[in-house]
Amino acid sequence: MYAYDELDRTLINERVSEFRDQVKRRLSGELTEDEFKMLRLQNGVYLQLHAYMFRVAIPYGTLSSKQLRQLAHVARRYDRGYGHFTTRQNIQFNWIKLAELPDALADLAEVGIHAMQTSGNNTRNVTSDQWAGVAPGEVEDPRIWSEILRQFTTLHPEFSFLPRKFKIAITASAHDRAAIKIHDVGLRLHKSAQGETGFEVMVGGGLGRTPFIAKTIKPFVSGRDILSYLEAIMRVYNQYGRRDNIYKARIKILVHELGIERFAQEVDEEWQQIRDGALKIDDAVIEEIRSRFSYPAYEKLPHMPDELRKAAHDPKFEAWRRNSVFPHKATGYAIVTISLKPVGGPPGDATAEQMDALADLADKYSFGEIRVGHEQNLALPHVARRDLPALWTALEKIGLAIPNVNLVSDIIACPGLDYCSLANARSIPIAQELTQRFANHETANLIGRLHINISGCINACGHHHVGHIGILGVEKNGEEFYQITIGGRADENAQLGTLIGPAVPYAEVADVVEDIVEAYLALRANPDELFVDTVQRLGVEPFRERVYATR
Amino acid sequence: MTSPLEQKKIKIAGPSVVTANRTWDGAVIYRTPAQGWSPSLADAAIVRNSDDARALLSESAADDVGAVGAYIAPVELEEGGAIKPGNLRELIRASGVTIGLPVQV
Repeated sequence: MYAYDELDRTLINERVSEFRDQVKRRLSGELTEDEFKMLRLQNGVYLQLHAYMFRVAIPYGTLSSKQLRQLAHVARRYDRGYGHFTTRQNIQFNWIKLAELPDALADLAEVGIHAMQTSGNNTRNVTSDQWAGVAPGEVEDPRIWSEILRQFTTLHPEFSFLPRKFKIAITASAHDRAAIKIHDVGLRLHKSAQGETGFEVMVGGGLGRTPFIAKTIKPFVSGRDILSYLEAIMRVYNQYGRRDNIYKARIKILVHELGIERFAQEVDEEWQQIRDGALKIDDAVIEEIRSRFSYPAYEKLPHMPDELRKAAHDPKFEAWRRNSVFPHKATGYAIVTISLKPVGGPPGDATAEQMDALADLADKYSFGEIRVGHEQNLALPHVARRDLPALWTALEKIGLAIPNVNLVSDIIACPGLDYCSLANARSIPIAQELTQRFANHETANLIGRLHINISGCINACGHHHVGHIGILGVEKNGEEFYQITIGGRADENAQLGTLIGPAVPYAEVADVVEDIVEAYLALRANPDELFVDTVQRLGVEPFRERVYATR
Repeated sequence: MTSPLEQKKIKIAGPSVVTANRTWDGAVIYRTPAQGWSPSLADAAIVRNSDDARALLSESAADDVGAVGAYIAPVELEEGGAIKPGNLRELIRASGVTIGLPVQV
């Protein structure tokens, strides 16, 4: 966990007071909606179909149990008793009243949580690997750098009015769990041949109506230089990014239109002006940030304790353990992913009661820490392997021992037309039907790792372009239709999926997905070949034939 | 959502209402014949031609304190006068989400 300093606490509290005054002036009519809109967006407040939606940042996906309890309190006191975890390490509340928002923000500020820069044309919440600091083999804890970037970007005056939103993600592992290649800037922490820690910098990734995979602009930038290099990128973007057309304003369009070589040259020229200036990070500063992260005092524990050996006889426990429990850097410990994808449930939703219970379980079994991943699941990052059976039993009681992590029903989906004012079609009911269609655990296991991503509009909040199976809702003559892509992925080999054919109506989506899965089971080279690898090997044609032969 | 100014250019294709969100809580509301707002579509003022639609929208948009983002929405009129939303988006706004909300375990 990171311990915020007095400056952070003051900043957050002052922001709450400022927003309280703005809301008061809006409700009295002193501010018009046109004047107020930007102010509310700068505090994470959108107006959706039925109500205001309030988006709260969870920096690099790390929460303390105290913070999670306060999120539960906000859900219960100011909303309808639940929250929605998003693909950007945020939580959203869907039914909040504008009049009560300042109180909700004040309650969150008590535990160091805020909603700054969860909306608007600025640098958004810096995201990272949800297993940061505990994943075996990572170069170092990427949250140290995420925190440095958080401090650098928060309320940065030069970058508070960018051409469009700007998203940065960091990973320090060989396997990318932070989807860095679909961000405006992706940073991969690694060591140079000389042993120095630094970053491969990727730029111009993003989804939406014009999807791109990020390109490497510099294979190695020293940690000490990362702020100046990032500032150079943002200055070039701020200067040349298009403000005349919202659909062409993201940095990915600028990189595409200039070409990566020309863009890199512009950045380098800017960087040479500033690289040895005020943004050079002293080792002392890095150490100061590092020292504010606390880590558990792990015990020396056996890898296979008796408790785990005994519980292995229970097939239900084993089914959960196989896909929810992951290796940890400390012997005798594990990372446990908590699926928020129950059969028939909205992906990413958790009730206040579940959040409270998870906070208690984090205190009991995970040194009071919880993580939020971009797959809309949570994780307990420091669970002693001897405690896994007891944890599983406790999770069963709150409906969260769902054994489907990374399986076909572990679906990422945006809120879609049920909530979102931008959406053209519903996402959640499609996800619910698919989880029911693939509810059989044996079948899901047989299928293996398969990621389905659903978006209710071209803005791609459900990351459909990079789903192994991607589903995009569109509207045709007043009816909901869905385009299906296959072969996308968001990991270190990120690529965009390929459209398999004409969009299908709402009622046929689950059948189409089932056809695709059945085709895969028939076509795969062996049971170990993942769906996405079969698509890579064979292309989309065999799947297209299967889906459209009878339609 | 189209701004009222842009909607002035829009010709309506059938019976329509003016809808918005209530400023203090964001709830869906409809402009009534009595120049107020109601959370019920059944209370909405119906307009049937573009001139009336523009006039109702202009009057509605003037209430910037009570309502946010007023716009013209299509409806269908059933025999007997009942008003139905004219598309799925408006149906969801009028009737709520099409899924069950998460409830406490």
